[in-house]
Amino acid sequence: MKEEIFVSGRNIPNIDPFLHIWHWQIPLYLFLGGLAAGIMFFASLYTILGKEKEMPTTVKWAVFLVPAALVLGLFALFLDLKHQWYFWRLYLTVRFESPMSWGAWVLMLITPLSMMWVSSYIKELYPKWDWKFEILNKFEKLIIEYRKSLAWALLILSVILGIYTGILLSAFNARPLWNTAILGPLFLVSGLSTGAAAIMWMSKSHIERSFMSKVDLILIGIELFFIIHLFMGFMASTAVQINAAELFMGGQFTVSFWVFVVILGLVFPAILEILELRGYKIPVAIPALLILFGGLMFRFIMVEAGQITRYLY
Amino acid sequence: MRYAMAIDTKKCVGCSDCVVACQTENNVPHGYCRDWVVEVMDGTYPNLELEIRSERCNHCDNSPCVRCCPTGASHYEAGGIVTVTANECIGCGACIESCPYDARYSHPDGYVDKCTFCLHRVEKGEKPACVSVCPTNCMYFGDLEDPDSDVSQALQNRKYKTLAPEAGTKPQIYYLI
Repeated sequence: MKEEIFVSGRNIPNIDPFLHIWHWQIPLYLFLGGLAAGIMFFASLYTILGKEKEMPTTVKWAVFLVPAALVLGLFALFLDLKHQWYFWRLYLTVRFESPMSWGAWVLMLITPLSMMWVSSYIKELYPKWDWKFEILNKFEKLIIEYRKSLAWALLILSVILGIYTGILLSAFNARPLWNTAILGPLFLVSGLSTGAAAIMWMSKSHIERSFMSKVDLILIGIELFFIIHLFMGFMASTAVQINAAELFMGGQFTVSFWVFVVILGLVFPAILEILELRGYKIPVAIPALLILFGGLMFRFIMVEAGQITRYLY
Repeated sequence: MRYAMAIDTKKCVGCSDCVVACQTENNVPHGYCRDWVVEVMDGTYPNLELEIRSERCNHCDNSPCVRCCPTGASHYEAGGIVTVTANECIGCGACIESCPYDARYSHPDGYVDKCTFCLHRVEKGEKPACVSVCPTNCMYFGDLEDPDSDVSQALQNRKYKTLAPEAGTKPQIYYLI
């Protein structure tokens, strides 16, 4: 038996007995960032492929959620900072070793670019829209003219943003649950899947909806494979990672993870989507909402559980 | 130059003088501490083994906190001492998440705070407060690259270990065992 106690007393807020430095703001931001990356990815992809006509919601309407999600996410990040009025320090350096640093820069690029994208479609949504200033009209024409180039830039940035939400966590080798290379791809796929779900929900065209539903099914399949891969990796790893995996296999996160994330957030909506594609009448809001809810829960659980895992010495 | 500390677990009695000295010297806010004492009981009665350790930031050679800091507020000072510049810190918590030793905390004023090896004393040629008050003289501080320093001498003839070396941080607090 091994027993360890602090004899000098130690009860630092948010550190002891378990680390709890990151609260709701971080997982909420990771969710919104993933959602924005997902929608932006499909919008720019189908623009590059020249499918604006077939996929109007994807390319034009769902994108309105992107700047909204990014601004909300950034606000959540700002709330999380403890030394808030020094936040501008982020933009005085570029540190490639620190995922948070290049993530902050990617957000700095993708947020205004996505706003430009939205502004180029705003007249189609509100025909009476008036930019008031001639220079803004000229700017709009310029964006419409260079839409394909903008799509390429946003395609790349959205993939970086999506994968960054996972790499942010996987860079912390002190937290064994996060310290796995699969987390980046897993968060990217989960973000793309939530993006597809949001598009599906908003779309009024049956063809677009069933197409996005098929895309989402593939993404759910990949995500389930990655989750199995994640736990296989942990079980074949060192003691600290086996302990981390045990939190989900009999430990305190077993029910919340397998019920809310895997069954209600992935498997059940996948079944509903398959039934819908086979012709059963199922309101699209149900699978879409479940996928969004599963994505949010996934990030909350990963952030919460990761902070409990640690090295033993 | 490479500042390091050696702590003799066989001489430490766990009096916590180092903790109080640090809190006084560095004006550590109430309820927080930059160093702490751990008692580890190993085995089953009657074959028990006790180890007492005074722990703090390990001033690692490969510090994850310096790597993860998005603004460069966490940085290496001369001699490898890891410190935080308060007015560059945004309080994001990345360094706290990245430390396998939980040696950092969020200061009530917002920035992140931690052990500095008493840099302000070391610069004047003095020892860190914790080392200078230790009543059993179980702590040794100095330059690892100087073979005559207290710490090099202490490590010369004894077996020692570091904490969680498998985390890859190359910690610079050595425990004599």
